[in-house]
Amino acid sequence: MPNDVKTIEILNKTDGELLTISAANLLALNIQEMKTIQEYFRKLQRDPTDVELETLAQTWSEHCKHKTLRGIIEYRRQTADSGWQTEKIDNLLKQTVMRATKELKLPWCLSVFEDNAGVIDFDQKNALAFKVETHNHPSALEPYGGAGTGIGGVIRDILGVGLGAKPVMNTDVFCFGPPDTSFSDISAHILHPKRIAKGVVSGVRDYGNRMGIPTANGAVVFAEDFIYNPLVFCGTVGIMPKKYIAKKVYPGDLVLAVGGRTGRDGIHGATFSSIELDKDTEISAVQIGNPIIEKKVTDTLLQARDAGLYNACTDCGAGGFSSAVGELGEECGAKVYLDKAPLKYQGLLPWEIWVSESQERMVLAVPQNKLAAILKIFSSENVEATVIGEFTNTHRLELYYGSDQVADLDMKFLHDGVPKYTRKAIWKEPKHKEPSINNQQSPPKADQPLAETINSKNFGKTLKEILALPTVASKEWIIRQYDHEVQGGSIIKPLTGADNDGPSDAAVNRPDLNSWKGFAVANGINPRYGLIDPYWMTASVIDEALRNITCVGGDLQRTALLDNFCWGNPNKEEQLGGIVRAAKACYDAAKAYGTPFISGKDSLNNEYSLKGKSISIAPTMLISAITVLDDVRNCLTMDAKESGNLVYLLGDTYNEMGGSQLFALSGLIGNTVPKVDFIKARKLMSSLTKAISQGLICSCHDLSEGGLAIAAAEMAFAGGLGMELQLEAGSWKLEGKEKKDEIILFSESNSRFIVEIEPEKAKAFERAMLETSYSCIGKIKADKNFVVKGLKNKIIIKETIAVLKESWQGTLRW
Amino acid sequence: MVGTMTKPKVLILRTAGTNCDMETAQAFRLAGGEPERVHINRFIQGDVKLADFAILAIPGGFSYGDDIASGKVLANELRYKLYEQIRVFSASGKPVIGICNGFQVLVKSGLLPGFETIDQELQATLSFNDSAKFEDRWVYLAHDARRTTHDKCLWTKGIKKIIHLPVAHGEGKFIPKGEEVLDQLKKNGQIVMQYVDERGKTAGYPCNPNGSIENIAGICNPAGNVFGLMPHPERHVTKYNHPQWTRKKLPEEGDGLAIFRNAVNYVLSEK
Repeated sequence: MPNDVKTIEILNKTDGELLTISAANLLALNIQEMKTIQEYFRKLQRDPTDVELETLAQTWSEHCKHKTLRGIIEYRRQTADSGWQTEKIDNLLKQTVMRATKELKLPWCLSVFEDNAGVIDFDQKNALAFKVETHNHPSALEPYGGAGTGIGGVIRDILGVGLGAKPVMNTDVFCFGPPDTSFSDISAHILHPKRIAKGVVSGVRDYGNRMGIPTANGAVVFAEDFIYNPLVFCGTVGIMPKKYIAKKVYPGDLVLAVGGRTGRDGIHGATFSSIELDKDTEISAVQIGNPIIEKKVTDTLLQARDAGLYNACTDCGAGGFSSAVGELGEECGAKVYLDKAPLKYQGLLPWEIWVSESQERMVLAVPQNKLAAILKIFSSENVEATVIGEFTNTHRLELYYGSDQVADLDMKFLHDGVPKYTRKAIWKEPKHKEPSINNQQSPPKADQPLAETINSKNFGKTLKEILALPTVASKEWIIRQYDHEVQGGSIIKPLTGADNDGPSDAAVNRPDLNSWKGFAVANGINPRYGLIDPYWMTASVIDEALRNITCVGGDLQRTALLDNFCWGNPNKEEQLGGIVRAAKACYDAAKAYGTPFISGKDSLNNEYSLKGKSISIAPTMLISAITVLDDVRNCLTMDAKESGNLVYLLGDTYNEMGGSQLFALSGLIGNTVPKVDFIKARKLMSSLTKAISQGLICSCHDLSEGGLAIAAAEMAFAGGLGMELQLEAGSWKLEGKEKKDEIILFSESNSRFIVEIEPEKAKAFERAMLETSYSCIGKIKADKNFVVKGLKNKIIIKETIAVLKESWQGTLRW
Repeated sequence: MVGTMTKPKVLILRTAGTNCDMETAQAFRLAGGEPERVHINRFIQGDVKLADFAILAIPGGFSYGDDIASGKVLANELRYKLYEQIRVFSASGKPVIGICNGFQVLVKSGLLPGFETIDQELQATLSFNDSAKFEDRWVYLAHDARRTTHDKCLWTKGIKKIIHLPVAHGEGKFIPKGEEVLDQLKKNGQIVMQYVDERGKTAGYPCNPNGSIENIAGICNPAGNVFGLMPHPERHVTKYNHPQWTRKKLPEEGDGLAIFRNAVNYVLSEK
């Protein structure tokens, strides 16, 4: 054994000592896992090396194995009549998210849940790959580097799906603490939310722009729940010929490491993501990115792919070589010579080389007779490529450093040996303070009596205040820093309208410049709803993502979804209970809409330890949707087009103010979270899709944060036109006390749209929308005023669109 | 004998960090050229020669990560490794275009302003935007606003007086070395494109997105065959590239395509 490899004595250790070993080496292995490893080595009658222990820790990490969502969960739920329902769930993902896809059996789902990204059919020749990942912990510690390598990582997922896809669009979604958080309110050991936000945006900008991939879509949520743990979601779409979807490693293939060199950056990234952050968290877990190396890898890898020079490939992500070689060699076995790996600098220990998460590295399985040809391609563009081992038929993972064997593990134990354990989950409806709405003073304050009179001035003020909330406000400052048009395929840009500054619902792109076929990408996210009920949060954000897709002309029948679960510590029963609720919503919604999940990810343990107390994020589900469009020239934008046109509201409004932005104005949540009637929602969206395809609609915008008032104002000022709404003209489902202007204006009920229709097409439009809820509630005006007449037909809002737009744009004009 | 004419071969020069090569190739293809994307290493190794091509395009991107300064490393490769080839190519009057990062390369290699074939001393630079950040936005450009170039630039001959193209850069502020250089650019009619507002009037930020001196967006060499510009004509070749195609009546063809067609037609007419 070489001097730099340590044997770690575990054979005769007590439980307590095993846990100390796990903690001291940042392995994040629990006692069951440590004992399983002890058992394995007792049979071998030897202690493990540090390389072996590190390999097991990386492979068995929550990040790589998704132990929680694939384990056994004992779930208890308090029902409305206060009885308890119990349920034992074996493999939550398989029972919910993946089950929906399996049952939907859609022929255009080409590769789901098995590779680095989900793959769907695109056109005769090509498929689209889509993946969204998180890079939360690194972005908390080092926002610029953390976010940049987050983008870099998800791009490599696309390069590593099948034999490799070409990245054609990025989408990025962030959750940050409020930008105006006072320094005195936060721990001195964390970065200020605004600093994190600026760093993350710069990181995404510099990596994405240099890669030459348009960042054309995204969302940003600001809330106190993310001060200690920001969330950074990075997504990439790729295009690939369908014949490259499958990959298979053959014994005898060489292990070729391509791209960046290995350094000490990113050691323990995979295990570190499973550990609560605190003031002492090591920053060396964050990787250092170099987009130009990744660009060179992209350029050359696709040439090698097209020349048929390798049998399989994958990226080095979490766990580095350990995961990449481990995954590729799972079915056959692999032998790797760690000393052959090119290093950034000398002095790395063998285990560090093996688990380092240094960026821009891919691993290929190359047949021996094609080695010379593939090396020629890489060297022609100055890309480093080095044979570091070979795939075998021994079903073992054998690692060498020089002539010494430093690890020898059974592949089956490595991949399937992780003990399945049972976790408890519980769900009880939380009770938040319920604000009562006061018309006289907005925003509403808790515990104020309901007032009956309407003070018309306040609605305009409330509208402007909601438009100015950071979550709702214009993200132009961010969007313009991203190159959203590189590659020349941009069709619907993130900003749209008369002054190119209105908020698009989804991005549309055509990846093949010789064809009008394209795709749209959109996201749905709303952690405020998660604080009330993760089931309805998930249903709502699926609805939101699909609304966005529908708005630009997409069809649910060609739409696929990705999930991203972000939660706190799943060892806590209530946290896991929320995850179960969310997963169940994934199944119910996907089945009802007919939109399959094709890939997903979870990031748990988003907690921060402060003075012995754990602070968790709000339960957050990000749903990303992608749809294939037959002809991008039929797409639609959200900006009002012409005065005189009619404004219709589609869908039903309920008294669902829980989690609304109106309540956010007073820092409250409430309890009446928006729900979804899936059957009605699907019917409405498919009718709307049909109406759009018949050319009956001029513009279409979905109602999300802030509700009708915000969506209508956005449509008006994006188009540089006025709008007059008459709430009296609407056909409302609301009755009695609930039938109020403020509920109609600010409720965030799901499955609603506002559309602009030319008067002469109104009849045809109403025919197309038969059996759905619609009402004509206003007109587009030339006078540049935004006017709302309330239920009593009195003007309750009158503002110029310039003033509204300024409220919306001012907040994040950094 | 138009029917038998072969399509002019267009070299789309690539290197590490080039990222607008595909759409630039597509623009030349739509304009009737035959583009080929070739890595600079192949010229340095001598496998391929510049003389084999009729048109040279240096596309946008972040060549070598824009380390040191935007376009600088690639500019030095042209200047020190391919000097003779590139000198002969530009002196022979063949069309050369540098877009965005390519413009930065042309300026930093001395091919532009190109008071001599290649300026020994650099006469201008492109530096950080006044806004101190990368920005992607659409801008209006006046071609020959002062009507002094007499359409000397072969790339912009006869194009519309005001065109609409996107910019996407962090270092696009054109700064001539001094008043004399600026005067000479004006006198020679080398200022080919300037940032303006919708009506063709000069205006401040964001119409001029980077703070360029004299609102300069693009210049050519005194002979008019070498052209560099910060905006991206290859990103506006069809109306569906335009941010307002869903609300405006626009011609099917985008404003940028005419630039590429000019070069292709020039080569065909010279044959």
